[in-house]
Amino acid sequence: MIEIENITKVYPMGQTEVRALDGVSLTIADGEWVAIAGPSGSGKSTLMAIIGCLDSPTGGVYRLDGLNVARMSDNELAAVRNKKIGFVFQQFNLLARTSALENVELPLLYSNVNHRRERAKAALEAVGLGDRITHRPNELSGGEQQRVAIARALVTEPSILLADEPTGNLDSKTGAEIMALIGELHRTRGITVIVVTHDPAIAANAQRMIQLKDGVVL
Amino acid sequence: MRLNFSQNVRSALRALLANKLRSALTMLGVVIGVGAVVALLSIGTGAQASITSRIEGIGANLITVYSGTRNSFTPSGAGGGTTAPLTYEEAQPLKGLAGVAAVSPQVQSRQIVKYQSKQTNVQIVGVTPDYAIAHPDQLDHGRFISASDVSNRSRVVVVGSQIVTDLFGGLDPVGKSIKINGIQFKVIGVMKSQGSGGFGFGRDTTTYIPITTAFARLSTTRVGSEKSVSTIEVSATNADSIDTAIAAITERLRTLHGIGLGEDDDFTVQSQSDILSAATSITGTLTVFLGAIAGISLVVGGIGVMNIMLVSVTERTREIGLRKAVGARRGDILYQFLTETLTLSVLGGVIGILAGAGVSSLVNASGLIDTVVSMESVMLAFGFSAAVGVFFGLYPANRAAGLRPIEALRYE
Repeated sequence: MIEIENITKVYPMGQTEVRALDGVSLTIADGEWVAIAGPSGSGKSTLMAIIGCLDSPTGGVYRLDGLNVARMSDNELAAVRNKKIGFVFQQFNLLARTSALENVELPLLYSNVNHRRERAKAALEAVGLGDRITHRPNELSGGEQQRVAIARALVTEPSILLADEPTGNLDSKTGAEIMALIGELHRTRGITVIVVTHDPAIAANAQRMIQLKDGVVL
Repeated sequence: MRLNFSQNVRSALRALLANKLRSALTMLGVVIGVGAVVALLSIGTGAQASITSRIEGIGANLITVYSGTRNSFTPSGAGGGTTAPLTYEEAQPLKGLAGVAAVSPQVQSRQIVKYQSKQTNVQIVGVTPDYAIAHPDQLDHGRFISASDVSNRSRVVVVGSQIVTDLFGGLDPVGKSIKINGIQFKVIGVMKSQGSGGFGFGRDTTTYIPITTAFARLSTTRVGSEKSVSTIEVSATNADSIDTAIAAITERLRTLHGIGLGEDDDFTVQSQSDILSAATSITGTLTVFLGAIAGISLVVGGIGVMNIMLVSVTERTREIGLRKAVGARRGDILYQFLTETLTLSVLGGVIGILAGAGVSSLVNASGLIDTVVSMESVMLAFGFSAAVGVFFGLYPANRAAGLRPIEALRYE
């Protein structure tokens, strides 16, 4: 359950300041599939960073599963990111010279769990890459790399999947396949999916669309 | 830490292997630094040991008296400037003093020694029979200078073992005649080999004649009617009487030189242990000095490590951002980069110790100095390289750990 009340984010820019978010309030229930859409500069990436606990807001209150995120220490935030949130980025952000399996295993190294290898392998199988586990990112296609990234996001079994322009670096056919995979994971696992995109066609996959413009919800 | 040690080292090795040349060059700085520390300390320690053993080999319970108040421990050469020289006559009354077993005044000069067509330049020492008491067991065969040789100013000579090889082609020279400074001398004995000299002693070529003959026949300094000597060596009766003997000698010489109360001595009395401690302190300083120079190169190597780690942190900003996004805490990132720096410096340290030991054994093989790679110097170098790793790794690692996740992720 994501509850956001009157969130603002202000970046100082020399003499002036930029209000990336200017009083955003929204609620996302567990198991929802929401698209956050808007043109570039609308503040959607800033909102996603705040929801993902990668950044803290200047003002307002953000409650994740009832807990006030602003009160958490850096280490608690790291634990929240590790256990509750899975990230998928536009640039995939896989570690080079590291096999798909080890890339997927990475979040497990930062949590106290057993059977890391098996769990990473299972996550790769779930995204259809069971036969690619020893491949390194430079040996995989863009679509395959994004699948590895999705497997990495899911391996800790988070309740929220945050995807920032997940199809931005892919051709439209591969992009559609990735969106289909995300849709399937949403259906089968009941996971909350939040996709940030500027592309209305991608946003159309979602159950609900939140439109942002100039830092406010339309 | 949730990441265990071996996983961390493995991932550090992978990161370092990603830039093989860069890692190797960075490590080379540590290798050279640690290698230099190990090699130079081993050479310094070896030099110290060899000098100590040589001084101990000079003679037992030996006290050396020379004119002047030089701080140098070199027991040779005439005194400095205006101070009164020691004379042969002054040496005689020292003999009856408490704790004194033998008094051996010596006068030294370098002379050309000729036998048939061969010649060589050697140290000629004019001595009395007491020399053999102060330096026992040094005669190989024949006989040493006798009391009658001294009183008769005989032209007899006891040659160093090296002279036998150099002038006589290894044949026994006893009974043969050689020319010193153009004057005929009869060889009466041969000294034992003392091993190679070291510090300009050249003991195996040193050749002995009666001191009176040296005064009469070889151009040595005379002051008025007195015959000045280079040094007076005094042998104490035993180790416990050295201090008694030194006190008695000092008092007697002060009286002979007419030095009043409160005035400084114009001569120096040193025991062998004084010489030894002076030499030990000099070689000790030398060792520390060598180690310090090597330490500087280790610090330079450490700065190289730090520099490369800072570059690495900048290059891998996005990786750090990603690791934080998937749950890495500040400590995890700190640990990761510190492990990388430590892997670099400790690996470099191990290679450096091997390289330093290699250099040390090369010096050993060359025969210059018997080097000693001590466990202490290895531990010191290893500990120092690990400390360099921590010290110079902490700043870059801390910088990486302090990055804000969202800024690191968006870093271009």
